[in-house]
Amino acid sequence: MMTPSAKQTAERAIAAGALLLVALGPLIFSDYWVSFVLTQTFLMGIAAASLIFLSAYGGMISLAQGAMAGIAGFALGNMVTNASSKGLNLGWNPWLSVVLAILITIVVGLMFGALASRSTGIYFLMITLTYGVLIYYFFGQVTEVSGFSGISGIARRAPDLFGGGEDPNRLYYTALIVAILVYLLIRFVLRTPFGYALQGVRDDPVRMASLGYNVSLHRTLAFGLGAFFASLSGVLYVWWNGQIDPASINLQNTVDLLIIAVIGGLARVEGAWLGAFAFIAINNYVRDVSVPILGGSFNTVIGFIFLAIVLVSPDGLMGIWDRLTTGRRRPAFGATVEPAAATSGGAARGTSGQVAGHGTKEPPREGGGK
Amino acid sequence: MNAARLERPLQIGARFVAFGLIALAILWILFFADNTNFGPAIDDPRNFTITLLNGLTFAGLLFIVASGFSLIFGLMRVVNMAHGSFYLLGGYIAYDIQQEMTGTGFTVPGAEVNTLEWVLPALAAAASIALLGLVIQQVFLRWNQGQELRQALITIALSVIIADQVIAHFHDGIAVNITWPGWTNRLVDLHIFDAQYSLARLGLLGIGIIVGGLLWLWLYRTRMGMVIRAGVDDQHMTSALGVNIQLVFAIGFVVGSALAAFGGAVGGSQGGIASGQDGQWLLNSLIVVIIGGMGSLLGAAAGALLYGLVFSFSAVYLPQGSTEYAIVLTFVLLALVLAFRPHGLFGRVG
Repeated sequence: MMTPSAKQTAERAIAAGALLLVALGPLIFSDYWVSFVLTQTFLMGIAAASLIFLSAYGGMISLAQGAMAGIAGFALGNMVTNASSKGLNLGWNPWLSVVLAILITIVVGLMFGALASRSTGIYFLMITLTYGVLIYYFFGQVTEVSGFSGISGIARRAPDLFGGGEDPNRLYYTALIVAILVYLLIRFVLRTPFGYALQGVRDDPVRMASLGYNVSLHRTLAFGLGAFFASLSGVLYVWWNGQIDPASINLQNTVDLLIIAVIGGLARVEGAWLGAFAFIAINNYVRDVSVPILGGSFNTVIGFIFLAIVLVSPDGLMGIWDRLTTGRRRPAFGATVEPAAATSGGAARGTSGQVAGHGTKEPPREGGGK
Repeated sequence: MNAARLERPLQIGARFVAFGLIALAILWILFFADNTNFGPAIDDPRNFTITLLNGLTFAGLLFIVASGFSLIFGLMRVVNMAHGSFYLLGGYIAYDIQQEMTGTGFTVPGAEVNTLEWVLPALAAAASIALLGLVIQQVFLRWNQGQELRQALITIALSVIIADQVIAHFHDGIAVNITWPGWTNRLVDLHIFDAQYSLARLGLLGIGIIVGGLLWLWLYRTRMGMVIRAGVDDQHMTSALGVNIQLVFAIGFVVGSALAAFGGAVGGSQGGIASGQDGQWLLNSLIVVIIGGMGSLLGAAAGALLYGLVFSFSAVYLPQGSTEYAIVLTFVLLALVLAFRPHGLFGRVG
């Protein structure tokens, strides 16, 4: 058991060590590890971080993050390609296209967020799952913007800072820097008035509403911010993969992102990259396994791992770390207590049943007021 | 700027826009849809009738599957993400049983299937998935009631496992077709606008209505149904009154799973069963209950009807060259409902 400050020091030391390791990545690890495992870890971690940001600090578990990344990716692909036979072939300036792709995704995210902002917890999860699958079907059916089987031939445009040409190391460092910036930005936002209000909305929407905060607006803006992070992941993905097709954002991908977030730990943003690394590593080394007795493939394995984590340690790997070091864990699902909407009246059933240990929560309010 | 003062005119304006859109759509279909596949309804009432029936029959199938989903959520607050997997597994089991009974090894021609050879596979599939549902509910969902998100994640994990197992054990997940009984393989003359319609598809609607009727009878005219409705309204109070709420939950989950599997058998007869449909039918169930509202039989019917009609009409009455945007109309429907009734048309708050 450590004191919280000792734990924080330990975490910082580990983080510094890990950063040093990945900064020297191309020198230490094989090309395969650098360009496949680690770069993918960084960019999928960014998407997972957007999910965890929304769930841990906004109380909204969104299954639409993968689809948001897909919107950015398809937008970029359509704008950048010129001579391809598929997609819109707009052939615009690559950097302008990146900015536009991100903006489009943010606008879509704000729109979707506004529609879903009056729902919480499980309703919100369902609505965002519906969004995610609808977006997938949209790109699957509207072949004007998605090509018949995707848009390919997208050149890597990682910034010209780390050597020339299409060196995969450029993308590696770009992804790493963007991941670090996203993490720092999340930490920063959480300390702004908006961030604190958002956490208040997570904890008690009724009280926040009665204090005069516009609960729906906070949720909408948070969702837009999540869309922004996801769009970064989408842009990096397209640079990394050179192409994008509707199958990249199918239901499997949506569930994979959720699995990454849960494995890493839904309560802490650091879990995003931890979970991404674990998932990609398992993905790589368990690919061709065949499950004994049951039959089935890799998906059965990952399904069982996911199930085990949700049953045993819902806070994922970071939760295990938290429990080992301080014996106390941050709740992963603490945000889903009823009352379901800011406008609902009945408060009495609000505190039953959810995960214990949400430190700042007070006992049920008395009917007559205090 | 005082946001509160803006709210009432915004609400009225939004309602105006919504009704305007709906009226516009209906007028378009009836009178102005010139460069579409069939033309406006006044010019081609026959195809309009057929499209209408396509929507209604699809709504029948949607209702069968989504009512199970809605029942499970309404009663236990469990979003059963494995509902689509139950549909898929139920469909494949029904196919295998029908193959055992008719013994051909590939799609059976309608003439060789009698009624029993359809009904028995469908019921057997429903029964097996009901059993699976019972096991899942007792092992994974009984002890963590109230933790909705955790339960949703558990059912997601189970859906991944089941979907993969289906591919491993049921013909690699390739598309198969269950065959309707031979006597349904004919067209019925509707005597309206010279329209003829497939009896088998009308059977979809008929089965949907029968299932709806049976569910209504069960929920509103039996003691067990009354207890279930009480559980949907207030599970703690119902339990406090001495009802064995765990038994009620188990029954609810079993019936819901059986409905999904029965839907799989019916849908598999209509459009075939293939891997990937679990995601499709989870989406369909979600859309129907988001529109209609959770835990409400009437809501499931209303949601199924709206979604079925929009789905059917949008595929046909969009201008040619834009028919690929049909999915956007589904989203518009969803957005309209969410904007005005975040809990669905007939959903209850909390």
